[in-house]
Amino acid sequence: MAFEPRIVGFLCNWCTYTGADLAGTARVKYSPNIRSIRVMCSGRVDPMFVIKALYEGADGVLIGGCHPGDCHYQEGNYKALRRYLMLKRILPEYGIDAGRVRLEWVSASEGERFGHVVDEFTEEIRKLGPLKIKESLVESMKTDVAHHGEEHQAPTGEAR
Amino acid sequence: MKLKIGIYWGAACGGCDVAILDTHEKLLEIADMADIYLWPIAMDFKYSDVRAMKDGYLDAVLFSGGVRNSENEEIAKLLRRKAKAMIALGACAQLGGVPGLANMYTREEVLRRVYLESESTTNEKGIMPLESSKEDGFDLELPRLYNTVKTLNQVVDVDYTIPGCPPASLQIYSALGLIADDMLPKKGSVIGAGDRALCDECARKKGEKTITRIYRTHEKLPDAETCFLEQGFICLGPATRSGCGSRCIKSWTPCRGCYGPLDDVSDQGIKMVSALASVMEPKEEKDINALLDTVVDPLRTFHRFSLASSILRRKKA
Repeated sequence: MAFEPRIVGFLCNWCTYTGADLAGTARVKYSPNIRSIRVMCSGRVDPMFVIKALYEGADGVLIGGCHPGDCHYQEGNYKALRRYLMLKRILPEYGIDAGRVRLEWVSASEGERFGHVVDEFTEEIRKLGPLKIKESLVESMKTDVAHHGEEHQAPTGEAR
Repeated sequence: MKLKIGIYWGAACGGCDVAILDTHEKLLEIADMADIYLWPIAMDFKYSDVRAMKDGYLDAVLFSGGVRNSENEEIAKLLRRKAKAMIALGACAQLGGVPGLANMYTREEVLRRVYLESESTTNEKGIMPLESSKEDGFDLELPRLYNTVKTLNQVVDVDYTIPGCPPASLQIYSALGLIADDMLPKKGSVIGAGDRALCDECARKKGEKTITRIYRTHEKLPDAETCFLEQGFICLGPATRSGCGSRCIKSWTPCRGCYGPLDDVSDQGIKMVSALASVMEPKEEKDINALLDTVVDPLRTFHRFSLASSILRRKKA
C-alpha cells in the first residue's frame, strides 16, 4: 500500500483552528492526512508534545498560530517561534529531518491558505517517507542481548 | 531487625559509591542499620553468593549506573529477583547519565573512537575487544557492549529512585532511614529529593528574563546575586528537580540538570528547550537564529544526564 503521511496538527484556538473551521464550512478541498488538535495558543505547544507525537507514530507535525502581532495572548506565538527554531536545530541531531516539523501562521480568515499549507506539507512529508521511530529504536537494540545464556555461570556456593 | 542490602554499579563511574562513603561518620550508623551483602567496589563478594540467595532475600538493592552491556543487564535482573526493593541510585541508573550520551552514536562508532581514533590511544595493530577468545587453552568471554545505553527501569522494574550525579550523601542516608523505618512512599516515587524545580530553592535573585545572548561559563564571570539565566548562562534549574542543596549554584556554577526531570515530565532536555525559548528576547526569525547560534550543542547540553531516558532515547539510524 502506498505511504500516506500521518500528520498531527496543533492549531491555536483563535486563528489557525478557526481558519481550519472556515476551510471546512467553505468546502475547501485539502489532504485528509492531518489530525487536528485544538490548543488555546501556539505558545501552549510544549516541544514535548511534538516529540511525543513523532515518537508515537506521526510522520510530521504542523503547529499553527496567529500572525506575529496578532496573538490573543500577546506573546504566545513568539514563544512558539523560538521553541520551533530551537527544536529544528535539535531534530537533525536525533537523525530526524527538521522538515518534519513546521510552524505556520494562519489567521481565522485564511481558510483557503490553511488547505494550501496542509496540502504542501503533506507532499513534503510524502517525499521524506515514513518516520518509524519506534521501529528504528527496536532495531537499534536487536543485538543488545547476552551472547551467552543468562545463567552462564552455574550457581555455586552454599545457600544462605 | 537489621536490613540486608546490596550495592551495585552498572555503567557508572563509582561516584555514587563514593557519595555513600561521603556520609562520613554516618556510615557507622548505616553499618548499624544494615548488613551489606554485595558491594563490588568496596568489598569482596561473588556473584555466585548472590545467585545462591533466596528470591527477595535482600531488603533493598541500591543500583547505580545505567545498563550498557550484557553483564549490567544480567546482574540487574539477578538483583531484581533477590531484592524486595530495587532502588535506582543516581543519574545514570535513573536517566542513563553521561554514559547515555553514547546513544548519539552507534556501538561501532564508540568502539572505533575508543580503541582506534582517540588522541591518547596507541593501537598500531588495531586490536579490538572480542566477546570470545582463546588464551592458553582457556575460553575467555567478555560481556557484550550494547548499541543503546538503557536506564535501569528500561530493563527491570524499579521501585524507587534517588536522583543526582552523585546523589547528595545526606539524601542517601535519609533514604536508607526510610527503608529501615519502613516509611517508604508509594512505589515508583523519587526519594531523597524535592518535588519542585531547583529554581524554587535557588537563593539567587530572579526578575524578568529577557535573554539576548548566551554565554558559556568561560566567556564571562557571573555576578554573585542574579539568576544565571538572566545573565545569559544556560542553567537547567527550571527543568530540574530540587533536593541537591543547590551545590553547583552555591559554587557559582549554573545547574547542569543531574537531579533529572520533575514528576510528570517525560523529557527533561526538551522541557528545557521550552523553558529557555520562552525567556529569550528576540521576536524576529533572523534575530532568534542569531541568538540560537550562541547555544552550543543544545541537544547534549540539555540532555547531559538524560538522553537515554528522553522520549526519543537515541539518534535514529
